[in-house]
Amino acid sequence: MTESAGNKKEDCHAANGVKPGRNGMVKNHHHHHQYQKQEKVYHAACNGELYSRPFIESFEETPMLVAVLTYMGYGILTIFGYLRDFMREWKIEKCHIAREREEQKDFVPLYQDFENFYTRNLYMRIRDSWNRPICGVPGAKFDLVERSSKDYNWTFEYTGRVVKNVINLGSYNYLGFAENTGSCATAAGDVTVKFGVGVASTRQEMGNLDRHEELEKLVASFLGVESAMAFAMGFATNSMNIPAIAGKGCLILSDELNHASLVLGARLSGSTIRVFKHNNMQSLEKLLRDAIVHGQPRTHRPWKKILILVEGIYSMEGSIIRLPEVIALKKKYKAYLYLDEAHSIGALGPSGRGVVEYFGLDPKDVDIMMGTFTKSFGASGGYIGGRKDLIDYLRTHSHSAIYATSMSPPVLEQIITSMKCIMGEDGMTIGRSRIQRLAANTVYFRRRLREMGFIIYGNNDSPVVPMMLYMPAKIGAFGREMLKRNIGVVVVGFPATPIIESRARFCISAAHSKEMLDRALDVISEVGDLLQLKYSRHKVLPSLDRPFDETTYEENEE
Amino acid sequence: MASGQQWVLVEMVQAFYEAPAYHLILEGILILWIIRLLFSKTYKLQERSDLTEKEKEELIEEWQPEPLVSPVSKDHPSLHYDVVTGPPSHKIIVNGKECINFASFNFLGLLDNERVKSKALTSLQKYGVGTCGPRGFYGTFDVHLELEERLAKFMRTEEAIIYSYGFATVASAIPAYSKRGDIIFVDEAACFSIQKGLQASRSFIKYFKHNDMEDLERLLKEQEVEDQKNPRKARVIRRFILAEGLYINTADICPLPELVKLKYKYKVRIFLEESMSFGVLGEHGRGVTEHFGVNIDDIDLISANMENALASIGGFCCGRSFVIDHQRLSGQGYCFSASLPPMLAAAAIEGLNIMEEDPGIFQVLREKCQLVHNALQGTPGLKVVGEAFAPALHLQLENSTGSRANDLKLLRTVVDYSLERQIALTLARYLDKEERFLPPPSIRVVVTVEQTQEEIQNAAKCIREAAVNLLM
Repeated sequence: MTESAGNKKEDCHAANGVKPGRNGMVKNHHHHHQYQKQEKVYHAACNGELYSRPFIESFEETPMLVAVLTYMGYGILTIFGYLRDFMREWKIEKCHIAREREEQKDFVPLYQDFENFYTRNLYMRIRDSWNRPICGVPGAKFDLVERSSKDYNWTFEYTGRVVKNVINLGSYNYLGFAENTGSCATAAGDVTVKFGVGVASTRQEMGNLDRHEELEKLVASFLGVESAMAFAMGFATNSMNIPAIAGKGCLILSDELNHASLVLGARLSGSTIRVFKHNNMQSLEKLLRDAIVHGQPRTHRPWKKILILVEGIYSMEGSIIRLPEVIALKKKYKAYLYLDEAHSIGALGPSGRGVVEYFGLDPKDVDIMMGTFTKSFGASGGYIGGRKDLIDYLRTHSHSAIYATSMSPPVLEQIITSMKCIMGEDGMTIGRSRIQRLAANTVYFRRRLREMGFIIYGNNDSPVVPMMLYMPAKIGAFGREMLKRNIGVVVVGFPATPIIESRARFCISAAHSKEMLDRALDVISEVGDLLQLKYSRHKVLPSLDRPFDETTYEENEE
Repeated sequence: MASGQQWVLVEMVQAFYEAPAYHLILEGILILWIIRLLFSKTYKLQERSDLTEKEKEELIEEWQPEPLVSPVSKDHPSLHYDVVTGPPSHKIIVNGKECINFASFNFLGLLDNERVKSKALTSLQKYGVGTCGPRGFYGTFDVHLELEERLAKFMRTEEAIIYSYGFATVASAIPAYSKRGDIIFVDEAACFSIQKGLQASRSFIKYFKHNDMEDLERLLKEQEVEDQKNPRKARVIRRFILAEGLYINTADICPLPELVKLKYKYKVRIFLEESMSFGVLGEHGRGVTEHFGVNIDDIDLISANMENALASIGGFCCGRSFVIDHQRLSGQGYCFSASLPPMLAAAAIEGLNIMEEDPGIFQVLREKCQLVHNALQGTPGLKVVGEAFAPALHLQLENSTGSRANDLKLLRTVVDYSLERQIALTLARYLDKEERFLPPPSIRVVVTVEQTQEEIQNAAKCIREAAVNLLM
C-alpha cells in the first residue's frame, strides 16, 4: 500500500484519548489521510516492530444518533411483538407457529416461549433474507430459486422461476474454486465414477484410503509443517479435536468472537475457559499473567498447560488476528497456540498460505494450525497441522478418527487438485494469479466502499467486508433491495452480532471481475442512498485511481 | 418512678461532664472503630496476592507447562491405520490385498451402485463440489430441500433436517433442546456421539442399565418423587430418554414399545438414534419404529446418519415440525457449519429412490444377517454379540486374558489372519479413557447385501480357523 513506511507503528490498543471499543482496539477509522496527524500519539505502547507490513484495521464508532435510533427500533419492534403475541393468544391474529400435538400438551414445553419471542416477532419479518436456496454453482454469479411468501414469511412458496445471474457477494468462495468445470471438477468426477461418494467407515477401522494419507502429506507441505491430518467436517475438526488436546486442569484462553465450533470444542474438553477481548493483546497478556501467577482457582495448583484459541480472519468483523503479538506472548508465557484459519487459509499471504505467511512468520511458531477446506478450496472438511508428535497423538486420540466417517473421495480429490493448483504444482500460474486477484479485489472493494461513506469494519486486506447497517429494519431492507437489483448479499443481525451492530457482509472472491465489482458497488451506493446507510463521519476523498491490476503484494515485498 | 429515671439521666450527664478528656477521646475512637468495622468488608473474597512485580516475573519464569500432547509410542496399536487402496466397496484392497469387505457399514451396497454414482456425477457437473457457505448464507441448495422433503416422506414424518456430518447430527440435536438443568435418561450403551451431545447440553445425565426398563423406571420414579417435592421447579425441567434403535456398541435393539409406554406414563420425550437401524430394520427400512409397529409420531425425534445404509455423507433428524424446525436456529452443527456438498445430497436422494423402489432389499439384508449370525455361532473362543437381524455384529473373546491391551492384540491377530485370507475385518475402536462405559474389545463383523452365501461361509470358516489356531 502507499502508506507502508510511515505507519508501521500505528496500530496500538489504546491511544489518542479515544476509548478502546468493544474490540479492544481503537475504534477510530484509520483513513489514509489521517495517519500523519495521528501518528505521533500512536507511538506509545505499540508493537509495531513485530509487523513486517502495515496493519490497518478500523472499527469506526457507532454514531450516537444512529445508536439511539437503533435502540428505538428494537423498542418499537418489541412493543409490537408483545401486542401481536397478545392478539395471537386471543386468536384475533391467525397464528402460524407449529404447535405441540394434543397428546403431549401436558409435557414440559420443549422450548421456552420467550426464547422464541425474537424468532417470532423479529426474525420472521425478515426471514426471506436468509436460507435463500440456490440452484447452481456458488461462483461469482449464481442462480437463485425464486420464492415468495403470502403470509409474511411464515411459509414460502416456490414460484418455479429462477433468478438468474445474481452477483454472489455471499459465498466464501475466496479463490473461486467453486466450479463445475475445470481441472478440479474433472478430477472429482473421475473419482466419483471410480469410488462412489461414501466411505462407510472410520479412519481407524476400514475408512483410511491411501488418498487420505496423500492429502495429509500435501496439506503438511502446503502449510510448511511436519505433519497434518484431515477431517470430513470443518466444524467437527474444532469440536472433536480440542478435547483431545486439552482437558481438565488446562486453561483455554479464547477470543470473545471465536466461532461456535471453537467454543464448543473448548467446552467439551472440560478445561477452564477464559475469554479475552477481541484481538486485544493487553487483555490476553493480563489473563496469561494472572493465570500463571495465581494457578488454578481454589486449588492454586499451576495450570497443566495454557492453550490460546484464535482465528486468522474473524468472519463477522473482518479483522485479522494480531499474530506477531500473539506469538510473542505465547513464547513469553510458554502457552500453546491454536490457530483456526477457516477464512484465512488460501485467502491471505502472497502464496495463499494463510495468516502466518501474511505476517511473514514461521509456521512452526504456531502449535496447532487448523483450517477448513470449505472456503478457499471449494470443498468441505478441515485439517490440523503441526509437529509430528501432535499429529501422531491425534491419529490415536482424535474423536473424529475413531468415531466419525472419513472424508468422501470426490471431496478429497477436489481439495488435492485445488491445493496443487494454489501451490503451482500443476505447472500453471492459475493459483497464484487468483491469489493476487483476490488481494487486489479486496483492497479495491474496501477502498471504494469507504470512499462512498459507508462504515466498513475490519482489516484492509481481509476479503470479508462487513458494512454496518445498525438498524433492524435495514437488515431486511438491504437484503431485499440488493436482491431486487440482482445482487446476493449476506446480512447479519443479533445474535450473530451485538444487538446494535447489525451489518451486511460481503465476501470478495478471486472470481469477481472488475465489472462485477463495479456493478455491485454502484448498486450498493444506490441502495445505501435509498436507505441512508452512509453513516461514516470521516469523509474520505477519493484517492487517485491506481491501476486496478496493481497488486498489494508487489508493493510490499521489499 | 419518674423522678428515679430522671435522676439516672441527670447522673449520666453529670458523669459525662466529670469524665476525664482522655477517657472520652478513647471511647470516641472505639465508637468510630466499631462503625468502621461494621461498614468495611469483612473479608476479601479472594486473597489478595501481594506479590511484587519481581515475584510475579519469577513465578512466570518458573512455570513449566506439560507438553502439548503426551508422546505416542511407535507401536501404538492405532497409530498405523490399515490402508485401503481403491474404492471401499464389496471387494476392497486392504494393505495391498484384495479382500471381501466385512468391515464397512455399507449395508445395502449403495456405495458402489452405478445409479448413485451417476446421479452424484450429474450433480457435481451442475453444482461443483463445495457449497462455500452455511445453510443460512447461500449454502442452501435446491437438492438440500429436495433431500429433506424426501427423507421426511420416506420416514413418514412432518419434517426432516439434514446435517453435513453424521457424527454432528445427534451431537447437535441434543443440546438444541436439552439445556442446563434439564434431565436426560440415557442407556449406558449409548454411542460416543450421543455422549458428546449430552456433554454439550450441560444437562443432568442419568444412565440406566443397558435395555433395562426396570432400571429406567426406577430412575423415572425417583425423579417423580423429586418433582413432588418441588412442583414449581418440575414444571420447567424438560426430560428426555435417549436410546439407539440398534446399538452400535452392542448390536442389540431397544425395547421401543416399553419406552413409549414409559414416555406417556412419566411425560418424558424420546429421542432415538437410528444410524444402525435406518435403512435396515422394518419392511420398508424405516427403522426401529417400523420394526415394532410403533407410531413414529410417538417418538419426538429420530436422528440417523446417511453414512451407513445410504453410503453417502451427512446425517438427518426427522419428526414433527414443532420439534424439528427448532433446530434450524438452534442446531449448532446446522447453523454454523458449511452445508452438505450437493453431490452427496444427490447421492443420498438416489439411495432413497432405490430403497423405495425395491423394499425387498431389506428382506435380503435380514436373510444375510441371519446367515452370518448362524455361521459365526460356535466359533471356539469367540462369542457372537448382537441380534440375528443386526447388520453390524461384535465378536468378543469368551475368556478375557485379563488385560484389555492383550485382548486387543489377540483379536488383532484374528483380524490379520483373516486379512491374509482375503476377509476384511476390523477391530471396533474406542477411546478407552473417554467412553463413559467402555465396551469390551471386539471384532466388528458387518453384513451387506452384496455378500454371497459362499462368501459368508468362507468368512465364517476363516474366522473359525483363526480362532482355533490363535485362541485355543
